[in-house]
Amino acid sequence: MISEITSARTAAEQSIAAASTLDEIRILDTDLLGKKSPLALLKTGLGKLITVDEKKAAGQALNEAMLAVEKVLNARRVLLSRAEREVQLAAEALDLTEHFNAPGRGKAHIVTQAWQRLEDVFVGLGFQVAEGPEVETDWYNFEALNMPPSHPARSMHDTFYVDHGQPGSTVLRTHTSPVQIRVMQNVAPPIYMIMPGRVFRNETTDATHLAVFHQIEGLVIDRGITLTDLAGTIEAFTQAFFGPGFTSRLRPSYFPFTEPSAEFDIRTPKGDWLELGGCGMVHPNVLRAGGLDPEEWSGFAFGFGIDRMAKERHGVGDVREMYTNDIRFIEQF
Amino acid sequence: MKVVHSWIRDLAALPDDVEAISFTLSDIGLAVESVDKVGATVAGVITARVIKTERHPDAAKVHRVFLDNGDGTEHHVWCGAFNMQPGDIIPWATPGTVMPDGRLIETKPIVGIPSEGMCCSARELGLGDDHGGIFIMDPSTPIGVPYGQALGLVEEIVYDIDVLRNRPDAYGQVGVARDLAARFNVPFTLNNPTLVVSGPSKSASVDIVAGDRCARFTTIIISGIRIAPSPDWMVSRLAASGMRSINNVVDVSNYVMLETNQPNHAYDFATLGGGGFKIRLAADGETMITLDGVERALTTDDLLICDANDRPIGIAGIMGGQNTEISDSTNTIALETAWFEPVGIMQSVARLNLHTEASARNERGMDPFGIDQSIARFVELLCLTCPDLVVHEGMVDARSSSIPTPTVIAVRPTSVSALLGASFTAEQIRSLIEPIGFGCATSGESLAVTVPSWRPDCTLEIDIVEEVARHFGYDKLGKTVPKSTQPGGLSVVQQRRRRVREILLGLGFNEAMPHPFLTDGDLQNSGLPGEAVRLMNPLVVGDDVLRTSLRPGLLKAIAFNESHRRSGVSFFEVGHVYPTSTDVLPAEYESLGVVIAGAEAPQAVSVWRELAGSMGWGARLDQSNVPAGLHPTRSATLSVGKDAVGFVGEIHPDVLDAYGITQRVAVLELNLSRLLEVEPKVSQWKATSRYPSSDIDLAFTVPTSVTAEKIEKSLRQSAGALLVDLALFDVYRSKDAGDSRSLAFRLRLQAHDRTLTDADVAAVRDKCIAGANKLGAQLR
Repeated sequence: MISEITSARTAAEQSIAAASTLDEIRILDTDLLGKKSPLALLKTGLGKLITVDEKKAAGQALNEAMLAVEKVLNARRVLLSRAEREVQLAAEALDLTEHFNAPGRGKAHIVTQAWQRLEDVFVGLGFQVAEGPEVETDWYNFEALNMPPSHPARSMHDTFYVDHGQPGSTVLRTHTSPVQIRVMQNVAPPIYMIMPGRVFRNETTDATHLAVFHQIEGLVIDRGITLTDLAGTIEAFTQAFFGPGFTSRLRPSYFPFTEPSAEFDIRTPKGDWLELGGCGMVHPNVLRAGGLDPEEWSGFAFGFGIDRMAKERHGVGDVREMYTNDIRFIEQF
Repeated sequence: MKVVHSWIRDLAALPDDVEAISFTLSDIGLAVESVDKVGATVAGVITARVIKTERHPDAAKVHRVFLDNGDGTEHHVWCGAFNMQPGDIIPWATPGTVMPDGRLIETKPIVGIPSEGMCCSARELGLGDDHGGIFIMDPSTPIGVPYGQALGLVEEIVYDIDVLRNRPDAYGQVGVARDLAARFNVPFTLNNPTLVVSGPSKSASVDIVAGDRCARFTTIIISGIRIAPSPDWMVSRLAASGMRSINNVVDVSNYVMLETNQPNHAYDFATLGGGGFKIRLAADGETMITLDGVERALTTDDLLICDANDRPIGIAGIMGGQNTEISDSTNTIALETAWFEPVGIMQSVARLNLHTEASARNERGMDPFGIDQSIARFVELLCLTCPDLVVHEGMVDARSSSIPTPTVIAVRPTSVSALLGASFTAEQIRSLIEPIGFGCATSGESLAVTVPSWRPDCTLEIDIVEEVARHFGYDKLGKTVPKSTQPGGLSVVQQRRRRVREILLGLGFNEAMPHPFLTDGDLQNSGLPGEAVRLMNPLVVGDDVLRTSLRPGLLKAIAFNESHRRSGVSFFEVGHVYPTSTDVLPAEYESLGVVIAGAEAPQAVSVWRELAGSMGWGARLDQSNVPAGLHPTRSATLSVGKDAVGFVGEIHPDVLDAYGITQRVAVLELNLSRLLEVEPKVSQWKATSRYPSSDIDLAFTVPTSVTAEKIEKSLRQSAGALLVDLALFDVYRSKDAGDSRSLAFRLRLQAHDRTLTDADVAAVRDKCIAGANKLGAQLR
């Protein structure tokens, strides 16, 4: 019996060593350790043994043999599965630079990108965002902004007149400033608002001028607002938007709706100046048009072009390119 | 406006420091656009006499010019201009000269004959715009000398400043000099000579009919005029200001205007009909020929200067007429200096589109009391070239009741300080504004500030606040930040709009921004109604329709890209549309448009579903109601109650044809203003079951008249509480299925408390089939 066990064990170990695939191991698992395996059959023959000692010795040998075979089999399985996985991995090799142009995320218009960046900076500075109609009444666009009908400054605005209502009563807004009036009429101070939007000027377009473009305007109205608050706010914006190395300055200027009025220039870290926009203290007549008492409230307003921010940031040579809707342009940003 | 460095330094003791003056001009609100050197001569260009000219048979476009510059050698130059004669003196650029445009003049041969340099035109030397031929100089000019020396050119530094609407005074050298002198804290002197009247009484009568438009009209008769050239310094200052020298009278007239800012007009007294003036409004349709030779049609809003016989001799404040122009034989002039109401001038200028140096000043508002000084200055300067000048007694100074009276403004130092953010005492305010002509008197807590007559823009306290800030220096005021008590942020609508954009970008759509103006053709091509709000003065004729839909712009974008070999592009746009309305303003709202080239309607429906799901929007797809321009059997109105909130589907093939688009275009258009008001539902947690799920696939043959949505609804109802997911996964139209198609749905069933048995699943399946059968659908 013992010798039979030994030879069965030897035979099993040899066939395991000869196995070269996991499929063979699976078959061997059944053949060598299953119910009909030689060792299993020997186990059924244990009963035929006569002495207890014989039984005990043979049983112990059988158990040892089965455990040994199982161990060898498992070891062989691990080895072979590792080898097979290696083969699989090698066979699955891919060149990851074999790249197809898969459909990707779309691109926001660069004006929208600039618009949202500006909004985000001003939101960080404590501003809310107001909007208004693009087709406006003459009153909101001009008169409420201290430009009565014969005001000479109206000629600074090349206005598109809209055939709606009384002749001359309706215009495409020439600036976002009418929203200032709408905000003053609808929101009780303190007001800390920016007003981005589309504006229209009836002028021939060229590489730096558009008839339809976008402005962002800021309005602050509170008690005790001063010209130095305006300068400080412009400075805070400059550093938040352009970076810490940038500074700003105000130069006297003229707008009918602000007084004192100023242009604001930005100084780059290299020392170049760029003219950015206009600003000033809200004119008392404008506060009155918005329903506020200039003796109680004061404020400032500022504004500049959004398109130009996009143009400068991306180095666009001709602003008209931004509105061709040429996919080859849009995809660049 | 050109500010001449030497000129303002005559008027104020300013430093000879171009950089400091340029910086200060900008710092007091007279923004410098450029600093230029005018009258600088080109080194190497000398005068030479033309000896003879000769054609050459092999060079048709040029001729040979032989020159004498006095060195005893005959010089030869090829020249493409033929306007010179033997004996003419011309400027000759000798070899080695670098021209203002950077060209180096060298000895170059034509047909083998070298050309020693170049003959110059006026423009090539920066002497004006004349490029019609070579500049022929005065016959008395010496030869062989630098042309600049021969011409008496004086180099002038010119600051080109941008004069703002509120600074009419800054149109004169005097106004600029006064402002600078105050900032530099140096003396300023007005040239204010005494007018010496020496001749017998002689007057030109003045009859102001339109008193509300002309407040002051002065005439003075000056005789003993001898028409002559002006002195070199005056010529070069005029040239630096962009004006050509004509003769001594015209030049003095211009010079006085440029200096004092006060326009004037010299009439030949001999040709002045009736020996006087009448200032009246034009009659409708009245015409006159202005100095530039153009016949002007006038209206009753234009102010005319007529002679005493009522013959128009000038458009007041804008331009004189030809008939009383100064000529070489003029001996006696009537000098007019007047004040006109500025808004009337501005409106005439705009109507006639006639802009002159005089109108630019008059339409901004002149100093009604600067007239006397400007007359004295006129006489003083004209005496330089007319030693026998006689100023006659009998000056007429006609005034109407509309003459401006001095403005006095109460200025509170507390208000000035409160607005500027820095403390100003009455004394500080006085020291800042007195040097620029404002009179200050103490009046209790306030200052009574008298506005100088040359600053009609100042009428309110705030105007004085600005003057104080301007002369104190904006930069010196400092920078503070207001303390906002409110939180910054986007409104919910603005946040939702950003989310819509993010979703569309995530779906791969690019953002387009087409022009909001359309033509009637666009409306027609897109199948949109012709009713629209229009521009009265479009930039491009016909481009006058304010869009009522984003579709035309987006279709043009697709067509543009298709024609540039980019098919299959997809765009979205968020923008305003402006339908008509009977309200004060058009029914403007924000719209969202999505176009997908090369896609069919279901893709647009998917986009709608994605947006609707994320944004909490709901709408009924109403295929029975398809607007024009959309594919009639592949589109639907998105309805909420009785209102349309948008459209989804495909562009009508006729529209595609009209735009030359050869791909199908799926489209979605939404009223974003309305939909962004919808508050998205916050998704509430649903427990997921721990028990296994079972799937049922059901394919039905469904009549075309029954929508998939109906079947889906029925299945949902039949499956009841066990249904966790339902999806249409296949649509099949076989050719012989007649008026029906096959729709295949997958239902996933699951219970929260047990594993479903086969019997459970079968019961649901039977119920679903029965429900679908009722709608006319047959299980396949």
